[in-house]
Amino acid sequence: MQKHIISLLVDNEPGVLARVAGLFSGRGFNIESLCVAETLDPCVSRITLVTHGDDPIADQIKKQLNKLINVIKVYDLTETEHVEREMALIKVNARADHRAEILRIVDIFRCNVVDVSPAHYTIEVTGTSDKLSAILGLLKPMGIREIARTGAIALGREKKSAVGR
Amino acid sequence: MKTLTGAQIIMAVLKEEGVETIFGYPGGVVIDIFDELGKTDIKHILVRHEQGAAHAADGYARAKGTVGVCLVTSGPGATNTVSGIASAYMDSIPVVVLTGQVPTRLIGNDAFQEVDIVGITRPCTKHNYLVKRTDELARVLKKAFHIARSGRPGPVLVDLPKDVTQGKARYEPLPEPTMPSYNPTYKPNIKQLRRAVGLIKGAKRPVIFSGGGVILSGASKELTEFAKKLDAPVTASLMGLGSFPGTSPLWLGMLGMHGTYRANMAIGACDLLIGIGVRFDDRVTGKVETFAPNANIIHIDIDPTSIGKNIPVTVPIVGDCKIVLQGLNRFLREEKVKIDKKSRKSWLDQIEKWKSTQPLRYEQTDVIKPQYVIEKLYELTKGQAIITTEVGQNQMWAAQYYHFDRPNCFITSGGLGCMGFGLPAAIGAQVACPDKLVVDVAGDGSIQMNIQELATAVQYNLPVKVVILNNRYLGMVRQWQQLFYEKRYAATDIEQAPDFAKLAESYGALGLKATKPGEVEATLKQGLDSPGPAFMDFWIAREECVYPMVPAGASITEMLLA
Repeated sequence: MQKHIISLLVDNEPGVLARVAGLFSGRGFNIESLCVAETLDPCVSRITLVTHGDDPIADQIKKQLNKLINVIKVYDLTETEHVEREMALIKVNARADHRAEILRIVDIFRCNVVDVSPAHYTIEVTGTSDKLSAILGLLKPMGIREIARTGAIALGREKKSAVGR
Repeated sequence: MKTLTGAQIIMAVLKEEGVETIFGYPGGVVIDIFDELGKTDIKHILVRHEQGAAHAADGYARAKGTVGVCLVTSGPGATNTVSGIASAYMDSIPVVVLTGQVPTRLIGNDAFQEVDIVGITRPCTKHNYLVKRTDELARVLKKAFHIARSGRPGPVLVDLPKDVTQGKARYEPLPEPTMPSYNPTYKPNIKQLRRAVGLIKGAKRPVIFSGGGVILSGASKELTEFAKKLDAPVTASLMGLGSFPGTSPLWLGMLGMHGTYRANMAIGACDLLIGIGVRFDDRVTGKVETFAPNANIIHIDIDPTSIGKNIPVTVPIVGDCKIVLQGLNRFLREEKVKIDKKSRKSWLDQIEKWKSTQPLRYEQTDVIKPQYVIEKLYELTKGQAIITTEVGQNQMWAAQYYHFDRPNCFITSGGLGCMGFGLPAAIGAQVACPDKLVVDVAGDGSIQMNIQELATAVQYNLPVKVVILNNRYLGMVRQWQQLFYEKRYAATDIEQAPDFAKLAESYGALGLKATKPGEVEATLKQGLDSPGPAFMDFWIAREECVYPMVPAGASITEMLLA
């Protein structure tokens, strides 16, 4: 079961997300995360979704997505060099004896505290899914109250020029 | 440029698309559309249930090789078409379904007869639209027809709010739409064609497996040429019956769960399987792991998702069956591919041996045998009828014992297996082909699922003939209970039923009944020769089973033969 980050360019129309999501539920594929927003062209949206499956399943997922009339282009970024980021907001308990430790972790992971109260910090962290999992592991002992994750977004890397090499 | 109402624009586009007939049922939000329809020369067939409208449009599309159209109202009118839409979707039949919708300002308000039909039919249409403005109407309808008939065909639903059809917009005929995100692949990859030819050259025991895609792309002639060139035997899925002449010496019969012994054995023994316009569904393959275990597989289909979905493939070819077969035939001609006559003869001899030792057969008794009814039907119609079927045993007996020499003559709900399909589909086929004899082979269970459409047939004087194979059971499920559930006939006994002959008469049709084998031929003759619609009720052996049968989960070479 390999992870696949699939990036779709779709018509920016009502119901398109339902078609994509319905395809996954109807055919028993799983969606781990899903992110949608408009591109520079207001008629086109980009959907980035993360799914798991062996090769035949991933192949079938991509073909089925391609078959949807509103899907303009399907990229499997896992097959190529790509950059991947996810953002999370983590609301963590911040007892007096934990505050310094939390700030050290925030420093190490190069993330930001975006909201503070006497009893909590809300931390904004950006990185790969692995990085997010790592910081969550470290913060867990302090008591995580709430978390919101965006799911991964990704873009393929451009080819490096021959001269640069 | 003219200014027209939405309803007038719909009619204008339907005319441009060459629509001659619509199957429909009116309701509150579509009165405007029906009002305009009445002013055109487009024929409207008023069905008695919206499911009938969808199936009739499907039957019409298949018999005529064009797009079928149905028109229904919002809410229950729309939901009643869903089985018909799903059936057309599974069998890739081009149908445009026009549904009325409550006015746009009421959408989402749980208004009277409001239902989110676009949401409901999203997974069982090729595509669907909710039209929100009158000035979008023409463009959307053009796209709907374009999508329905191109690529792998399928049903497209267009939801039409009442204010959109009442509103006005400027209108001029639009060109065939181009859609950047929708470009079906018709022409195959030449490299894959060459690889296929390489496999064909080396094959000693090839089998061609033809499906509904061959019929949809109109590739029967090319298929026949291909099979003759290869001197290779041909089998077909249920949907492929008629794509290759059923009377040809190369014909193996249908394969799969109720396939012939020789077809299934040939799949088990072949070294090359060429699947054309098929999707290797579970009723065909049986246990996937042991399907065609010794064969390289070439799979030709216009839908890339069909390829590699169920069966691993050696050479995938995405393209239109007709264009691909033309390409293969050309390669075979140009490269002067010679068939090794000796190895081919031993292969065909082997098949002949399977055929002679285990032919399709049944035992004659003093009760009517359903197989005998179909054989007689074939004889009396000289194989020239358009046959529609309901679903279950009747469908399988029709597929096994009627031999189809031409495409578009066997019309059945293959993928969805939708009981109640046959009669409305026969009505659609009869409207499409007024000069042809159209016969619905039915069971006593499924005929009752859309029996009300007999009124439609009578109203429009459509002389469809219904052959009821009446065993007073829901026969196919009973067969499973008989064979695998120790004869516990839970919920399959339907002895409580109307007298179908009298029922037909009360509808104004001819009703006949036969209870003895000696009466079969005379009853068929009388029914088939009568000028109007007719029900022929044959009381058959109650516990007759369809054989061969591959039990669920078994390999297709493991057949129950009697």
